[in-house]
Amino acid sequence: MSFTTLTFVLFAALTVLVYYLVPARAQWVVLLAASGLFYAAAGGWYLPFILLTIASTYTVARLISRHAARDEAYLAEHRAEMTKEARKEYKAAGKAKRFVLLVVGLAFNFGMLGVLKYTGFTLESINGMLSLFGAGKLPVPALILPLGISFYVFRSTAYIIDVYRGKTEAATNVAKYALFVSFFPAVTQGPISRYADLAPQLCAPHKAEWGNLSVGFVRVLWGYFKKLVIADTVMVAVRTIVSAPDRYEGMYVFLLIVLYSAAIYGDFTGGIDVTIGYARMLGLTVQENFKHPFSSRNTAEYWNRWHITMGSWFTDYVFYPLSICRPMQKFSKWSRAHLGRAVGMRMPVYFATLVTWFLTGLWHGASWNFIVWGLLNGVVILASRECEPLYARFHKRFPKLGGTSGYGYFCAVRTFFLMGSIRILDCYRNVPVTAKAFGSIFWRFDTWRELFDGRALTELELSVPAWIVVGCAVIAVFFVSRAGKKSSVADRLVHRPVLWTAACSALVLVILLFGSYGIGFDAGDFIYGQF
Amino acid sequence: MNRNAKHPRLTRALCILVAVLILGGALAVFDRILMPKYITTSREGSLTEEYYAAVAETNHDVLFIGDCEVYESFVPATLWEEYGISSYVRGGAQQLVWHSYYLLEDALRYETPKAVVYNVLALKYGTPQKEGYNRLNLDGMAWSASKVDAIRASMTEEESFVSYVFPLLRYHGRWDELTAEDFRYAFGGKPAETDSGYLMQTAVVPPDADADQPISPLADPTLPATAMAYLDKMEALCRERGIELILIKAPTDSWGYHWYDEWDEQIVDYAEAHGLTYYNLIPKSDEIGLDMTTDTYDKGVHLNASGAEKLSRYFGAILQERHEIPDRRGDNLFATVWARRVDSYYQRKDDMMKGNS
Repeated sequence: MSFTTLTFVLFAALTVLVYYLVPARAQWVVLLAASGLFYAAAGGWYLPFILLTIASTYTVARLISRHAARDEAYLAEHRAEMTKEARKEYKAAGKAKRFVLLVVGLAFNFGMLGVLKYTGFTLESINGMLSLFGAGKLPVPALILPLGISFYVFRSTAYIIDVYRGKTEAATNVAKYALFVSFFPAVTQGPISRYADLAPQLCAPHKAEWGNLSVGFVRVLWGYFKKLVIADTVMVAVRTIVSAPDRYEGMYVFLLIVLYSAAIYGDFTGGIDVTIGYARMLGLTVQENFKHPFSSRNTAEYWNRWHITMGSWFTDYVFYPLSICRPMQKFSKWSRAHLGRAVGMRMPVYFATLVTWFLTGLWHGASWNFIVWGLLNGVVILASRECEPLYARFHKRFPKLGGTSGYGYFCAVRTFFLMGSIRILDCYRNVPVTAKAFGSIFWRFDTWRELFDGRALTELELSVPAWIVVGCAVIAVFFVSRAGKKSSVADRLVHRPVLWTAACSALVLVILLFGSYGIGFDAGDFIYGQF
Repeated sequence: MNRNAKHPRLTRALCILVAVLILGGALAVFDRILMPKYITTSREGSLTEEYYAAVAETNHDVLFIGDCEVYESFVPATLWEEYGISSYVRGGAQQLVWHSYYLLEDALRYETPKAVVYNVLALKYGTPQKEGYNRLNLDGMAWSASKVDAIRASMTEEESFVSYVFPLLRYHGRWDELTAEDFRYAFGGKPAETDSGYLMQTAVVPPDADADQPISPLADPTLPATAMAYLDKMEALCRERGIELILIKAPTDSWGYHWYDEWDEQIVDYAEAHGLTYYNLIPKSDEIGLDMTTDTYDKGVHLNASGAEKLSRYFGAILQERHEIPDRRGDNLFATVWARRVDSYYQRKDDMMKGNS
């Protein structure tokens, strides 16, 4: 049941209605039932996998929590008779046991994700290598990829890590925990909410309040507007360029960078707007996942604004633990001794950054394109860090420049094109084709003529009126996004009923008329839903 | 209106009410504008809706139902001129048997003909085929229980019922291809595209001499049970209303739309079992006087006006002699209406012939 179908809209509306009609103490049961229905509708074969994740992470967290409580009780009871050393030893032994439980939980869930998502890719890569030596091919099984598995595995593994770290109390009700893992607006494409943020809200009673309903509703409409009017329309042109890389070179690849950025922004942020909007209508506040990413002045800032919950997951559960783990400390010490202090200090950060970005790429998809995409992001971030002294010298020389808005725009445009250039790895079928296409920007200058004589736009399967509508929609998103930098536009509209009504009516009309939905349109599912 | 409004709930309610009314009105207007008009392109889409204006003028003693083989083969103007038969062709592009059944059920809300002539070619289809043909057949149908059932029986997997209720959901993508025609005829006033359901074609495109291809044998010659079940329903409906159901197979038989002997045998058996008359007109081509070098506009798949007039003359005699369809030429009410329809037919024929020459 895709978010862009009428069935989902009716399903979500009905869920909101029933949610507020039942007694407050049963509201979470309504959400659990709706989430179960939503997930089952995607395919019966997906259910066992999410149930396994729920059961395994719930059990592991309970065991960790029980062990920790027992250890604590034992220590409290025997504090007087134990030496400091004995207490330390006892604590370490307990921690080791809990660590084993954690590892079992993580291995099981990441193992399941790995087998289902990466077996095909791994075997195909091995076959590729074998073919170089003229060897036979390994059979590649066609495994199912359960809906939203990347998201719910990350959500639930973060939970058991937090329980292990003592940051979160273990859930005591498996049904309520199941709701946290499978909460239907967020199960397919995030955000990757943390248990401590979302679970208490999910189980708390909520009253039907105009504020929540109206803010949520307009946010949902805004999400559909971005997805159906911008993303899915622009994707027609994107697909046309990508489908014929030999025909569409040079300027078309440059255009692709801009168009795919607009499409993916509309798709991702639109999807998250729908999720956050529905949650808000239910009285829930879900963490923002995007905060004006295209206004970022550099790549590090960009990644603090783009898919925030994924970034923070990798930071909290991969980058930091990897940076400070014992082997890394040893490696750091060794590097400083053998490569000098400056290089030695950088090595652990470099290593952890590249590993984190490698895994980030892998998380996005089982293909070399995503791995290269991830590594390139890591390299760009490290290169920017290395260039910081250069920037500092530059700003020292031109102290006034840095504060001007012109320079700010320059930095934002630079970051936009840098990230956009890396992002086109999502589009083409493999890395060499992407590299060739990107390279053509710098040698197929003849293609630029087609942009200026207007041929380019009409060649890309979109009519001139469609380009005008998309252009107007992008401008609208730009201004609304700018207006919402300090406080949410939706929140402000709620106090102005006439404006709120006008905005909702206009959005409904524009989505129904210009949206890419229904027969005759190739409206794709949300891209993040495929990760 | 601002946050200091004295009655925020009332203000909100009023705003929402006004918005719903304006939005509803705007959507209704856009709905009419975006709906295809089926004039310049896909004229077949006009077939279903034009029936209602025709039946409001006069009743018909014979209703032809079925696919393109009826609306390209029978000319009601000729039937009137030659035999005084008041008839209407309620055909449609790839009109499948469930379309035919519900369109007949719908027609019987307005009139009770003496005979219903059904072309059996579509009985080879047991499942919905293409969304586009569903639209051509059903968009113009007036809302009734028959239309609801017709939609439910016809929908392909990609379709949704709601898009028939609100065609905007289906046709919104036409916004960038609208023409003056869409605005001019948004609220009615469309010119008739057919002559009592006959969709005229005057071009002459004979079959290529070497176009015949070997007819591949049928994997399963049995006509689909679903299709036959609807034929049963059609037969029961006609029996119940005292209407004679006549089965025919129009006299076209291109290799692409071959009528197999195995199918024919099943129809013969069916007709015999149910006491119906069945005319397979394919072997009667010479008797009818058809000459495929002059009587087809698309290499023998369909008849053109010349071929359709010949067939109508031939079949009109059968209808009158064997099925006692009355000659209404003496009835002033019929005569007035049909005089206009016949004029209109020849006017269109002249115009199209000029266009072709």
